[in-house]
Amino acid sequence: MTDTLLTEQTLAAQRPVLFRYALLQLRDSELADDAVQETLLAAWQSAAGFEGKAGLRTWLIGILKHKIADHWRRSAREAVAPIFGRTDEDDGEAEVDDYFMSSGHWNGGPKVWADPEAALKQQEFWTIYEVCQNNLPPKMANVFMLRELVGLDADEVCREAGLSDANYWVTMHRARLRLRECLEIRWFNNTKQEKNHA
Amino acid sequence: MRSCRAISALVSQGLDKELSLRERFSVWLHVMMCTRCRNFQTQSRFIRKAARRYTDELQSRLSNKP
Repeated sequence: MTDTLLTEQTLAAQRPVLFRYALLQLRDSELADDAVQETLLAAWQSAAGFEGKAGLRTWLIGILKHKIADHWRRSAREAVAPIFGRTDEDDGEAEVDDYFMSSGHWNGGPKVWADPEAALKQQEFWTIYEVCQNNLPPKMANVFMLRELVGLDADEVCREAGLSDANYWVTMHRARLRLRECLEIRWFNNTKQEKNHA
Repeated sequence: MRSCRAISALVSQGLDKELSLRERFSVWLHVMMCTRCRNFQTQSRFIRKAARRYTDELQSRLSNKP
């Protein structure tokens, strides 16, 4: 931990995380790859400006965000604002209680899912998964994606999304409750029927 | 005994940090008897797995685009 020197290896090790972040925003592998390379190059050139290993990914993602913003400025495609990365406030703060009765018992609640592993191999499942993920309120979706898709640690997500510890736990829990319910309704209870995307 | 609301919150937290021995024990005791919380536990883990795989799926779908 005393070593604050940025080596090529240290930087390259962050590449997968940065790539996933860029891919989710740019939705194009080549563009994402370019943005990550530019980010790593910029980081390497200004390595002296980086202080301490603790916030390395936060620092790199900061640079990456600028590269992505540059891209959107260059291409006039700003209309396609991705859901991921938005940080506006969500409403419906009390909604976790919809899942439980006042006694603390499940209201409805998780049923048994038949063969979830098989679902991962089906294209249709991923369509449903995406619908469910996009149905999360924007801020919640952002936190969930930073943690589970990009792969940041919980404390990195808190820094990135400006969340307190307590808010983080509640947000992640709500995201899981929502995703779970959505997948159950649209996929696991529904595989033999016609999928309704409405 | 803790409620399903509290246990499911602990199950969620357990995916992101090490729970205390007491917390782990109360989760374990509860899910032994409660099918719904047990399902929630399994499903949360599955959702994590699916989420991690989603970017790969997205990438292959994007590169297969005409």
